[in-house]
Parts: sequence; structure tokens; C-alpha cells
Amino acid sequence: MVVDGIGASVKRKEDLRFLSGRGNYVDDMNRPGQAYGHFLRSDVPHGKLNKVDISAALKKPGVIAIYTGDDFAAVGGVPCGWQIHSKDGSPMVEPRHPVLAAGKVRHVGDPIALVVAETKQQAKDAAEAIILDIESLPAVANLTAALAPNAALVHDEAKGNICFDWHIGDKAAVEAGFAKAHKIVRLDLTNNRLVPNAMEPRAAIGDYDVSSGEYTLYTTSQNPHVIRLLMGAFVLGIPEHKLRVVAPDVGGGFGSKIFHYAEEAALTWAAAKVKRPIKWTADRTEAFITDAHGRDHISVAELALDAEGHFLALKVDTQANMGAYLSTFAPSVPTYLSATLLAGVYKTAAIYAEVKAVFTNTVPVDAYRGAGRPEATFLLERIVDVAAREMNMDRVEIRKKNFIPKDAFPYQTPIALQYDSGDYLATFDGALKAADYAGFEARRKAAAAKGKLRGIGISTYVEACGIAPSAVAGALGARAGLYEVANIRVHPTGSVTVFTGAHSHGQGHETTFAQLVSEQLGVPHDMIDIVHGDTGKVPFGMGTYGSRSLSVGGSAMVKAMDKIIDKGKKIAAHLMEADVHDIEFKDGKFSVVGTDKAKSFGEIALTAYVPHNYPIEELEPGLEETAFYDPKNFTYPGGCHICEVEIDPDTGVTQVINFTAVDDVGRVINPMIVEGQVQGGVAQGIGQALLEHAIYDESGQLLSGSMMDYTMPRADNIPNIFVGTETTLCTHNPLGSKGVGEVGAIGSPPAVINAVVDALRDYGVRHVDMPATAAKIWSLIDANQPKMAAE
Amino acid sequence: MYDFTYAKPANIADAVKTLAADAEAKALAGGMTFIPVLKQRLNKPSTVVDLSALGLNYIKLEGGKLIVGAMTPHGTVAASPEVKKALPALAELAGNIGDRQVRYRGTIGGSLANNDPSACYPAAVLALGATIKTNTRTIAADDYFQGMFTTALNPDEIITEVHFPLPEKAAYAKFANPASRYAMVGVFVAKFASGVRVAITGAGQNGVFRHAAFEAALSKSFTPDALNGITTPVDEMNADIHGSAPYRAHLVGVMAKRAVAAAG
Repeated sequence: MVVDGIGASVKRKEDLRFLSGRGNYVDDMNRPGQAYGHFLRSDVPHGKLNKVDISAALKKPGVIAIYTGDDFAAVGGVPCGWQIHSKDGSPMVEPRHPVLAAGKVRHVGDPIALVVAETKQQAKDAAEAIILDIESLPAVANLTAALAPNAALVHDEAKGNICFDWHIGDKAAVEAGFAKAHKIVRLDLTNNRLVPNAMEPRAAIGDYDVSSGEYTLYTTSQNPHVIRLLMGAFVLGIPEHKLRVVAPDVGGGFGSKIFHYAEEAALTWAAAKVKRPIKWTADRTEAFITDAHGRDHISVAELALDAEGHFLALKVDTQANMGAYLSTFAPSVPTYLSATLLAGVYKTAAIYAEVKAVFTNTVPVDAYRGAGRPEATFLLERIVDVAAREMNMDRVEIRKKNFIPKDAFPYQTPIALQYDSGDYLATFDGALKAADYAGFEARRKAAAAKGKLRGIGISTYVEACGIAPSAVAGALGARAGLYEVANIRVHPTGSVTVFTGAHSHGQGHETTFAQLVSEQLGVPHDMIDIVHGDTGKVPFGMGTYGSRSLSVGGSAMVKAMDKIIDKGKKIAAHLMEADVHDIEFKDGKFSVVGTDKAKSFGEIALTAYVPHNYPIEELEPGLEETAFYDPKNFTYPGGCHICEVEIDPDTGVTQVINFTAVDDVGRVINPMIVEGQVQGGVAQGIGQALLEHAIYDESGQLLSGSMMDYTMPRADNIPNIFVGTETTLCTHNPLGSKGVGEVGAIGSPPAVINAVVDALRDYGVRHVDMPATAAKIWSLIDANQPKMAAE
Repeated sequence: MYDFTYAKPANIADAVKTLAADAEAKALAGGMTFIPVLKQRLNKPSTVVDLSALGLNYIKLEGGKLIVGAMTPHGTVAASPEVKKALPALAELAGNIGDRQVRYRGTIGGSLANNDPSACYPAAVLALGATIKTNTRTIAADDYFQGMFTTALNPDEIITEVHFPLPEKAAYAKFANPASRYAMVGVFVAKFASGVRVAITGAGQNGVFRHAAFEAALSKSFTPDALNGITTPVDEMNADIHGSAPYRAHLVGVMAKRAVAAAG
């Protein structure tokens, strides 16, 4: 009787309300007596905040209160959730991140004042009447400027603007590898800075109940319990039982809604002061200059190879932009989420990486879909392509030669991680076949006949997600555990409500998780509800990021359902006068093995709540169980992406013609959702590779600060994307699933750039940094006209 | 947005009167630039004079000319059987402005009054040698465009119609800015019995301009190859994060050739 369980492409239950305008987003919510908040922000990249004069603004119509940095002097700063130690053992420099700017402004968008008024317009009007005295200081707007000798300091305590100088790996082993190398390939590359641009801008309502003393924050968050912990414990000093955080429907996050933002604390704090709810919704301009940006790494990579093309050693030196303050997980991104992935799918013998994290006068930078793993993958797959070319080897052969073989798992990399399972040749061969790699030369010739430069690019990857074993995360610097929680409430009539600590902001959890329940408990979908995003309902949870919802959150559900079934068996044994060991639960029925005696799931649920005939001496009534699941290891999705492009040499425009992704994401619950996740991720990866770029000018102004100048990928930039899967199961979680949320954005950028470089092979182009815009490609073509084209 | 008074006059005389009465009053056509500007508080008009009730939404053929009412939306021009027959290049151009929503609201008069240096319509109007009719006078295209966001219009003058002469051949080739999809370089070529006119939008530092060297070459031979070797002065080109001046100068040539090829 199992309907729509594991493996079925069930249509997403949540889409009806999303597509018919019935979603319930924070901006759709209004609280009785609600006032409106507006943040006055710095338009100066770096400056001494001499005075914030609010006297005239306070007299403007409708103004209820205005708060500035001074009002927040007594509360905590916005905390960072991950601590990295430098090579010398010293902890990272962790300057105070005030809720509202105090003493200095450090980036365009830094909040200076919160105006609370009866209407949004009145709040904006009053903000314009605030008189600022800001003494502009020299700004450092990028990594190079921040690391220059005598550069202006973003924080006085961070000498040379260095937050930390970290390393990992065996330096001596790498030196030894380089010493015996046949060839050393070096590549300098930049991973371009991105603006997340979730469709829904951030929004929040701070609320305070004067009678109970309880605070409620409604916010656009991927992890409401984490916000409650960070804001309650570290910033405002509100104990958990007096603070509820609600993250209802959320319109995309991509990482940018993981973090605790200053606005959340300011609004919650101010609501108690004015004793009214205060609502704020960012506009798109505000999103550009306040949502944590992504990527922004500069790296030098060196790969040592023997004469046959085996990878002997890899050395990487990275500079990572942190922005003006440390965002929640920023320090983990270039370090434990990136450098540890530098083995990739290859059996490179020795790896050493150094990472300098750097403060600049820009928006804080933090995790963005893939978080560190796209950076590692881009670096590795680019240098492998360059190595193949410089070794005169085929790109396919050099990869095959270095793959970790499928019989080598569990595989301990030289750089901390232990991969549990994988078959890289299977995804590789699957992708080569699906992309008709063998037939490419004919397509290249056909394109050349119509004046187009056609190229094909391959990328392979492995990533670490399902984060993470709490003890490991703690040892690496995380300031929280990273388990997940599920509470399964079976109602008397047999319907089921699942309370999960994972959070859906587009992923389709209400469908996927319902499939798990349907599979395991045999309950149809219309009897299952998935509840998430409310600390007042869900016992606890760490939220959704790092492709963890299914492998960690789903595993917690499986464990909780196991408990439900165990209890149900005891009830069934009592009802059917059988030994509990003879009870089998299958297809929604508890039966006595070898007999035709059976009780349905609903009958057992009813008995649990109406315990007239019940083993009351041994068993409590009711049927509700909670499980915390702490993973034993990261999960390691992997795969191969192949991209085919055509470049118009007259304009430099690159069109992606075909894209093939064959991934191993472990057990697939809903193939349709997996396909959509991969396609969405690939679209973002194509965006990063060809179009998107957050550009600051030297003074610290964001030039690409609106949709007029920041190039989001659109439908006509994205081809049909073929998605295939080749499955090996995760060996250490009960579902065998690995995670799919980020693979598309991780595997695709190097595939695109490898294809672009391949297309330009007659022009002597060795590398193209992202984004490979038309203007950039044209100037490469213009500067390197091949001899064959000369007349 | 700041508060303002909203007026929706029913005839041109009232519209002009309302605009003339107040130096801070501003006219609203389709609002595809103006409304975002208002929302961002970049402009603070006292009165917004909505021109949508003036009866200026029409297309007609008269005296061998195509006449388009100033409040005709891009989508209407793009879909018009008259335009498609008489001046298909104009229908094509209109159909590639902005997105569907913009084409429903944005108007030819609004585009010309704003004279955004990256707008498409100015290229057609200038290359076709159209005439801009206002409530007080007619202005030749060659006199109308006076640099970025600058036109020959007086503050309380309202465009009523645009009169397009019908060319033997014409086409528009647009290289869209990857982010905004405005023209980064747009080239409109129009072949008349009297010669060829070429107008370039998006690329120049002073907005739309005619390309004399292209016109001379194409008047001799209306073929893409006629443009070989003719360059566009780099120092007159725009440069920004989307493209350098040399890139734009190069694209002017590429798009001009494509326009000539498309015109057939």
C-alpha cells in the first residue's frame, strides 16, 4: 500500500501554493499594531563616524524612535560561528561587528541608524533628515589593495588586514613531490565575487509580548534555531524559552540566508523598546549591499606530475576576501570547506594549502551555494586541463589515470577527509557517453563551417556535504553541533506530522520528506504534513545548508520513525497476543509473522491514544518520537559535468549549447526534484562562469549594484541540461543518500571554462578567469589572432 | 517614492497647461524608466501628469509615411500588421525592447522624450530621418537628439506623433548589454533612393549618432563587405564594466554589417 515512496517523481506538494500566490513569506505577514523600520546605511566605503544627529529626524511625522550605534553599545556584537587558528596557533582576529555602526563605517551598506515609524515612507523620510558627519578614510576594496604594504586598515587590530593565515597538509611531502617532478604546472586564478540574489529579499519582523516577556522574530532564514542561538545567546542575551524565531516560506537562500544579520537583532531589540512589532523588508538595492556575497578568492596553484602524467603533489596558496566583518560561517569557507577538497577525485599523493583571510571595505563574504567546494573544484579542474595540454596528454586520459579507483574506498585523502564511497569512472563514462564526447570533432567542424568556435569542457568533482559530525566540526572550529532533529507525531487517526529542523526555501522538503514517511510508515501523502521553520514548534535543529537536509535531517526522521515502529510493534503484540519479536511491520501493517493476523498503522495509532486494551504497565500511551541524528562522516557526492559551447569570434559571445551532468548523489528519493536541483545549480554555475560579477571600484563603491549591471543568468543563457545519476550509496547514514543541493554549482563552472578555453585553442589562450564575458573573450581573440586567420 | 499630485488630463491642452503651471511637474508616459526612478527617490516631482488619456495610442499610414502616436506601446508597434508590412524593421526593433511587461507599458514617445543613450527607438528615428511632432511644432530627427538624455523638447512640450518615411530597405541589429538588455551597441540602417542613413545607439558618449563613413560606403554599395576596413573612432565610444571603448567600436562595425545583411 506504499504510495509515492522512495524513488517516485512525486510532484511538489508546495508548488500549488507558491504558484498560485498563496505562499506565506515574511513580507506577507503583518502583526497587529505593526510599525515599520528603515535602516540608514553608509554610502561611504570607509569612514570615521564623528556624529549621527537625529534631532531633526525625530521631529518628522510618524517617527516613533530612532536608534544608533550608541544604543547597542551594551549588547553583544554579531557573532561569528567558526573559529580558525593561524599557522602559529593564534586565533583568528575577530573584531567586534556592532549591530549598528559604532565609531566607524566599514562598507557601503553598513547600517548606521534604525528609524521606526508608523509607515515605511515616514521612516524613509525621517532617515533623510538624519545628519551624518562622516570623515572619509582611504578604503581597501579588494584583496590586492588590502594586502599592499601600508594599506589602510579595516580594523586596527587586524594588522595588514589579515584575519588569519592558515595552512593544512604535509608541506614536506609536497616539497618532496615537487623535487622529483617531471613537470610542474602553475596556474594563477581568481574565483569571481558573486551576489546571491535570492528572488525574495531579506525581511524581518521583530515582535515583543509585554505580558509574557516573549520575543518573536519572523525572518527569512535557512536555520531559525541557529538564529535563535546566535542572536539570543550572543547578541541580545534573551534565553531560548523567551525567544521564538519563525522562518516561514522563504524564497531562495543559496547560503545568504544562513547567517545572522544585524537587522534581525536590531529589530528584535527595538520591538521591546517601542513595545510594538517592527517590520522591515529589504529592497533589491539593499540586498546587493547587505546580503553576504560569495566566493572572491585569488589562488596560485602548482601541480607536480611525473612523466606519465600522475599527480605527485599539489600546492595551493589562496587569498580569501572576508569583507568588512566576519559573517557567521565565513572563516570555514576557504579553509575546511575548500582546501580539504583539493584532492578531488584524484589520488594525488601530497597536498599542501595555505589560506590568508583578508578584511576589505566590502560587504561580508560567506557561504554561497557550494561554499568553498566550487572554488576548490574550479582550481583543480582548471589546472588538470592546463596540465593535460602542457603534457600533451588527452584530457580524458589524464583524468582516468589519476582517478581514485572504486575499490579504494573508504579512501583517506592526504588532506583530512575520508571518502566513504564513489565510482568516479562510472559517472565519468556515463557523462562522456551522454554528451557524445566521441562525436565532438564533427560538431566542432560543423560549427567552424558557420564561423563559430566550438569547444568542449570536462569537469569532475567530489564534494563534502551533509555537514557534519559534531565532534569533527567542533575540532575544526565550529562553535555549534551540526546534527539534525526530527519529531514525528502520529495522530490518533493515523495521520502524521513531522517536525524537522531542516528548512525548505525552495528544495521541496514537504514532498521529499513526505515520501520518506510514506515509504517507511506506509501512510499516504495526504495524511502527512511536514512542519519546519518555527522554533516554537520544532524541538531543535541546525537548518539547511551544505546539502544536509536529506542525509542528516532525513536520517533523523528515519531514526524517529524506527522508534515509532518499535513502539507500534509492542502495541500490536499486545493486541494480537503475540510475542513482540514475531511482529513484522510492512506496507503500513503490523502482522504476526506466519499468520494472517494484522493490525493497520491507524489501528495501532488509535490504540496508543485510546489505551483501553493496552500494555499500560510497560508502555506510555501516545505515539510521538524524537530523534537527534549526528552524522558519522561527511557525505561525498561526486560526478562529471560536460559543457559544450560556441563562441562567436566577431562579438566574443559564448553560448552554452549542451550541458551534461552525471552525478552520484547517493540514494535518490525524488528523481524529478534531483533533476531540478542539478539544473538549478548548473544554471548558477553557468552564471558564475560566464556572466555574474560583483565589481567594486577602487574607492569601494559596488559598480554592479543592481540588475542593470549585475548579469544574472536568464533562460536564454541556459541550454537544456541533461541530468543523469550513477549511484553508490553513502555507507554511514541509514538512507544511503549523499546530497544534491550544491553539486550543480560545484561541478559546472570549470566545465564551462574548460570548454571556453578549448574553443579558443587556436588563439593560444591558456586560461580565462570567470566570468568569461563577451568583452573579455573578444579582447583575447583580438589580441591573439591565430596565424591561420591572418590574410 | 515621495508623495506627489497625480493628474490625468483628457486632452493635450490641459496636459500642457498642467505641466506649464508648475516647474516641478513631470509628464508620465509608459513610466518604464520614470516609475523606477520615482521608487528610488531619485526624482521628486510635485505633480505627475499621466499622458495616457490623451488619445495618442494609434498607428496609421498617411501620405507614404508611417505615423505612430506617441503613447503607442512597443508591443503594439511590434504586433501591428501595418508596421510589419510598411516598416518591418521598426516592428522587429520594438519587439526586442525590454521584456513583455515593458513592451506592454513602455511607449515610443516616452522613449524619445527620455532619450536614454542605450534606448533602441532613437536609432530608428534618426536613421529613418523621422519627424517628431509635438503639440507646438515638428522637429527633424537630426535636430531632435542633442546628447545623452537631452533633446530639443521644451519643458512643457509633449510629443504627439512620430512620422516615419518608408525606406526601400532597413534593419536594426542590436547587441544587448548582458545585464540590462538595453542596447550596448544598436545599429539601424535605412536605404532610401536618396542614399543610406545609419544611426548608432548605445555605443557613443553622446547618445545616438549617425555614422557618416558607413553612410558614404553603403550609399555606394549596400552590402556588408562595403564596410570592410571602415573603423569607428574609439575615443567617441563609451566604456564601462561591460565593455571597453575599442570593444564597442568593433561591435559597431559587426552590428552594422549584420544590419545590412538582415536588410537584404
